Amino acid sequence: MSDSTAKQPEPVAPSRLRKVWESDFVYSFRHAPVAVVAASMVTLMVLSALFAPLIAPHNPFDPATLNLMNGFTPPMEPNAFTGEVFLLGTDDQGRDVFSTILYGMRISLFVGFAAVTLAMVLGVTLGLLAGYIGGWTETIIMRIADMQLTFPAILVAMLIFGIAKGITPPEYRNDMAIWVLILAIGLSDWVQFARVVRGATMVEKNREYVQAARLIGRRPVSIMVRHILPNVLNPVLVIATISLALAIIAEATLSFLGVGAPPTQPSLGTLIRIGQGFLFSGEWWILFFPACTLLVLALSVNLLGDWLRDALNPRLK
Amino acid sequence: MSALISVKNLTRVFDVSKPWLNRVIERKPKAFLTAVSDVSFEVPENSVYALVGESGSGKSTIGKIIVGLVPPTSGSVEVNGVDLSASKNTADIARVRSDIQMIFQDPYASLNPRWRVRDIIAEPVTVLGGETEGLAERLLEQVGLSAADAHEYPHEFSGGQRQRLCIARALASEPKMIVCDEPTSALDVSVQAQVLNLMSDLREEFGLTYLFISHDLTVVQHVADMIGVLYLGSLVEEAPRDTLFSTPKHPYTRMLFDAAPRMDGFGREVDPPKGEIPDPINPPSGCTFHPRCPLAVDRCRTERPEMRRIGETRVSCHMAE
Repeated sequence: MSDSTAKQPEPVAPSRLRKVWESDFVYSFRHAPVAVVAASMVTLMVLSALFAPLIAPHNPFDPATLNLMNGFTPPMEPNAFTGEVFLLGTDDQGRDVFSTILYGMRISLFVGFAAVTLAMVLGVTLGLLAGYIGGWTETIIMRIADMQLTFPAILVAMLIFGIAKGITPPEYRNDMAIWVLILAIGLSDWVQFARVVRGATMVEKNREYVQAARLIGRRPVSIMVRHILPNVLNPVLVIATISLALAIIAEATLSFLGVGAPPTQPSLGTLIRIGQGFLFSGEWWILFFPACTLLVLALSVNLLGDWLRDALNPRLK
Repeated sequence: MSALISVKNLTRVFDVSKPWLNRVIERKPKAFLTAVSDVSFEVPENSVYALVGESGSGKSTIGKIIVGLVPPTSGSVEVNGVDLSASKNTADIARVRSDIQMIFQDPYASLNPRWRVRDIIAEPVTVLGGETEGLAERLLEQVGLSAADAHEYPHEFSGGQRQRLCIARALASEPKMIVCDEPTSALDVSVQAQVLNLMSDLREEFGLTYLFISHDLTVVQHVADMIGVLYLGSLVEEAPRDTLFSTPKHPYTRMLFDAAPRMDGFGREVDPPKGEIPDPINPPSGCTFHPRCPLAVDRCRTERPEMRRIGETRVSCHMAE
């Protein structure tokens, strides 16, 4: 010990940053090229979605910036009338496809993150309650979860979407569409969280640190939040990441079916729906680029989730 | 010496039936396991009372009932004259809660892995809303660790050090009584001695009372003032340490002593204990020990023996004298 420190010029404690850099978690990340690429892609896409107004050549949903003469310009070719060049071409209205993708990604990512957050909060809360209290509370929560699992998630989401649309007044429908979408996807996705958290809670609640807290007189809610929750978060993080990819796809599916994001706020799914109308008339780029973006986004998030599952699995260390 | 804890006719029955649908299909009745059966004893202040017995004899259940983790089915536990399961006076309950603490068997499971040592040790005081400034550091030094360990996480400590952390946490609320549920059975023998010595030093320093639950007779001989022997949920013999070890009265106690490995006993032929601990769901009639007892007579098969006092010993056996 003393030998090795004597050789080093500065025998000071390693800095915080250095500790993080050398921790198991970051080490396994640095040594997983797929994870590094996936994480870079996700970061790049999240950042470009966040800063869409700064990056995009124009705001595709501001009619003042549109020129109908620019419609159907192929990618990287000058327009026959105006001579303007668009990186990924334009659609029928003369909107730059690159800009619509950036703005569409904003909606897709926002809906994805918000829906997963909703599902996570709901699922973790119900899972903790079911696992810790047990008895009838558990039976009721878990049977509802089982029943919901017998329907495909997309069907549940459409059902919730339909009901919510029915009860919102017509004048708010377009504004509310995004929030209804989040609610629908979030409510269709909580079951996984609840199941995993319930299982982990049932293991943790019998461990002696929980008994120690109980005999001190800590309240059950406080035990659940302060003691059990931090110890069941690892699997939740993994599911949340994989659910994010699923939520983005679910949103795209709903929007593609025409029950999701309205054309005034198009997400990637809406763009694909609009684009598929032109596919067979030769304007392939209107469909192709949004679809590719969706593919890369969902794949990257999924690969990241896969790596996370391995990295947080103590049995694979 | 007054009794800090008095346990009266304590009984705890667990419902171990299968789910109702299985019972209906298989036509089986409900099943009940009597973990603790009519146990009475008193722990005087400032002493060490040890409960010994085989696995499944109910010793841990008694400990959990005393600290209030498990409610009794019948009977009562009074801590300083307050019955934890029956009292409605919240001020009394809060006072008793901070008077009584517990140290668990598995030091790896009894510390929350996501908490820092400082928060773990101060938790009993935090919950009661007390002042915790510098408390963890002071207690760490008292149990032989360094005050600088306060910002570490539990995984950085060894088993013996973790048990010291558990002891520090148990001391935080300045209790009068600590229930120790096999505190050393998960530790190496060399570490066991250190932890036991620490516990007896702390007892002298703070005037603590221990209820010491163990299956290890050598450990019990080292620490206990008074020993209660449990068999299948009932107390079969209770005596001061030296009396118990020199003149065990109950045949079960004698069997335990004969079975214990001894350093001077290499090469000696020992009769292994006869039979196994019976099924607690269907305990034997009369004296629960009669199927394994070398002295059993007809009376033992039909009549459950009462606790009798013989000298300093209390024993429940028809044949003891």
